Amino acid sequence: MPERTSSVALTVNGAPLRVPRGTTVAAAVLMAGSHARTSITGEPRGPLCGMGICFECRVTINGLPHQKSCQILCESRMDVQTP
Amino acid sequence: MNARFHILIVGAGPAGIAAAVRASESGASVGIVDDNPAPGGQIWRRGAPQLTTARRWFRRLEAATVERLQGWRVFDAPEPGLLLAERSGLASEAAPCAELRYDKLILATGARERFLPFPGWTLPNVMGAGGLDALVRGGLPIEGKRVLVAGSGPLLLAVAAELAERGAHVVGVFEQAPLSRLLSFGLHLSGQPAKLIQGFRLRLATRGVPISTGCWPVAAHGAGKLEAVTVRRGTRQWQIPCDYLACGFHLVPNLELPMLLGCRIENGFVMTNDFQSTSTSNVYCAGEPTGIGGVERALIEGEIAGLAASGQVDAARNLRRTHRATNKFVRVLQQAFALDPRLRELPQPDTLVCRCEDVPIAALREHRSWRDAKLLTRCGMGPCQGRICGAATAFLFGWTQDSVRPPLLPARIASLSACGAAQSNPHGKDAL
Amino acid sequence: MAESVWDVVIAGAGIVGAACALECAQRGLRTAVIEQSGIGSGTTAAGMGHIVVMDDSPAQMALTRYSQQLWRALEDRLPPNVEFDPCGTLWVAADDEEMAEVRRKHSSYAQAGVPTEILDSEALAEAEPHLRRPLAGALLVPEDGVLYPPGAAAWLMREAIHAGASLHTPRAVVSAGKGTVRLDDGATLHAAHIVNAAGADAPRLMPGLPIRKRKGHLVVTDRYPGFVRHQLVELGYLKSAHSVTADSVAFNVQPRRTGQIILGSSRQFDAECSEVDHRILTAMIERARAYMPGIGDLQAIRVWTGFRAATPDKLPLIGPTPEDESLWLATGHEGLGITTSLGTAKLIADALTGPTPAIPLDPYLPHRFAGSLAHA
Repeated sequence: MPERTSSVALTVNGAPLRVPRGTTVAAAVLMAGSHARTSITGEPRGPLCGMGICFECRVTINGLPHQKSCQILCESRMDVQTP
Repeated sequence: MNARFHILIVGAGPAGIAAAVRASESGASVGIVDDNPAPGGQIWRRGAPQLTTARRWFRRLEAATVERLQGWRVFDAPEPGLLLAERSGLASEAAPCAELRYDKLILATGARERFLPFPGWTLPNVMGAGGLDALVRGGLPIEGKRVLVAGSGPLLLAVAAELAERGAHVVGVFEQAPLSRLLSFGLHLSGQPAKLIQGFRLRLATRGVPISTGCWPVAAHGAGKLEAVTVRRGTRQWQIPCDYLACGFHLVPNLELPMLLGCRIENGFVMTNDFQSTSTSNVYCAGEPTGIGGVERALIEGEIAGLAASGQVDAARNLRRTHRATNKFVRVLQQAFALDPRLRELPQPDTLVCRCEDVPIAALREHRSWRDAKLLTRCGMGPCQGRICGAATAFLFGWTQDSVRPPLLPARIASLSACGAAQSNPHGKDAL
Repeated sequence: MAESVWDVVIAGAGIVGAACALECAQRGLRTAVIEQSGIGSGTTAAGMGHIVVMDDSPAQMALTRYSQQLWRALEDRLPPNVEFDPCGTLWVAADDEEMAEVRRKHSSYAQAGVPTEILDSEALAEAEPHLRRPLAGALLVPEDGVLYPPGAAAWLMREAIHAGASLHTPRAVVSAGKGTVRLDDGATLHAAHIVNAAGADAPRLMPGLPIRKRKGHLVVTDRYPGFVRHQLVELGYLKSAHSVTADSVAFNVQPRRTGQIILGSSRQFDAECSEVDHRILTAMIERARAYMPGIGDLQAIRVWTGFRAATPDKLPLIGPTPEDESLWLATGHEGLGITTSLGTAKLIADALTGPTPAIPLDPYLPHRFAGSLAHA
């Protein structure tokens, strides 16, 4: 089993970020100074419900779109994009 | 993944945990499935110092013989005795699907916040009260940030206290219910709920956080993200700069799975008898979906359901008196925190109601029903499947929603196909 | 109780009824439309919304081609919520046998004046990168398209009202015939002509009508712009639409303007309940995955069912009934209701007001089923 450090290194929109283990991707996106998604009429949006039902926190993780960041924990070398 | 249980519990919040613990005492095979990475639901979410009650129940769950399926999201109930679930979290190509079979089912699906639209409510950093709390427990730094807590319900106090203790500058709690109703609420409180609420108020007073009543946000302002909130009290209106707005108007039950299973709904809640049985055979329901009544009630109902489902009927019967006492809290909450009709006037014509499809309230006003509005404006046709805008339009227009169809939440197309049935022959022209 | 006099009363404000209302009102006919629920809320709401030319028979080709051209002429007037997208159709061939069918269709469509293009395996892969490789090729019909049916029905109805038509809703027709329509609120409408455009519900007004419900399933996804660029149909679709008795599925996906993908299609007779049938849903999805392996990874937001109105010979019923001159039909469009709504409306209005129709009405006339028609 790989050694677990107390922090995780990932990238948000290409910029590196280090967060404590157990941080959600939603929190990481906010810590990176970004917002999660852009609405269909072009408004910036961020998490609303924090529990996986509003879908406002969706981001692209490792190339996979529509991931609910409030329910996903940051992992090492994750590539998070907020298109 | 296929699993079979004598008793399957959906939801690992207080009600689900209590049900699992008590059911397992009978020796029956018990499973509990929940879409979050760890148990606790919303109110006992990890990442914060836990109340004694929570710690005790978590220890009992650890010690019990219960198979815990954390990180699985139930999306369909194709036939009696079978639930389909999909791995939640990062959806990889190999994301597996689970067929969960049961003899008895206990639904402990909890509740979610009600969001009401007002100008600026879609700005980043405007969140639910539970929403901001969840983000903070998920690692969002809040120390030194200015937070305005608004809306309605005891959750506001809990969240404000929590955030204040983590170092947030909570500029105030703005409860829409008038003081008179809250005072009378305080008088009707007893036992555990009373202690809880007094506790929150004390913690807030200690940090100098003001609680205002009869007030609500009328607009959120900012360029690209929240910068300030305008609140109104009577005829007075003033602007408060802040970094986060934690705003939710009480709770609505998560009824989707009960409805899919055909459980009878009365007055907006799942109808159950004294043993938490629903109108659908072998299906029980416990906690917020039967009435918004807080943690104590959810625990008791969970215990009763777990005992009843596992045949421990006498033990279940013994809890009925305690249960009745907690039921009072449902009515008390409803009356105290009833929503002011003036909240219906907050949206401007261009204020969005459906956030998934960006539908403004002006587009909705010409329609007579949820279904008409959905078809012609696309309100409710986004991935949240009407969970956010449905609760809002129920309050704004009195609309009730369609019946429920699978998937209960968006799921991968591959998961819909009976959890990954064998690939069909691409050259075959088989009619069924 | 209220009584009124009309030139034409149309039962049903689905896309066919709405199109008929617009055409009749524009020609100065005093037109009333009766709708029991919401505009375009029945089969119209459940459909994929394709505008497609099909050559199952010369009569089907004539009506679909005529209608496709009418839609194209409307394109600039349609508002954004109709989501009209002239994306074209690709009839996909999986093997050499189907490729022969592609070539046959190419010449058959050419004879009807419908431009098409044959794509070989490489050209198809380039046109639609998410289709599995290799496929044999495809027939591109560039003038086909898709739209959002409830939006289209609502627009047609709005235009009809501007042109003078009157909409009575929510009202149900209790009886219709011999120039008289009775509604559930007791009102009586006297009409020179009554048009039954009630779709799958048409037999309720006229028991014995040779229309059967043909259930279908559809899935819609979250937004994946560019994943699918054309409407995609397997050539086996024709076998599915042909089959009179069996349950069947066929690969048929289309893009929406929104970037969402609609995945279909299925056909069942004698399935009256609107609940999702998991066996059929699975078969439909697996068929789609066989052509488009990556589609399994897309997020499905919603699954629903609907009932097409099917006649025994796969052609709609358009025109007067043999026993009652006042009672007309505009129904039985099966999976081509959206496409042929406009052509149907022209045929109805031409027959009512005199001009020779652009295509012969004969093949769709109800009297071809004489003996099995009666009215309430």
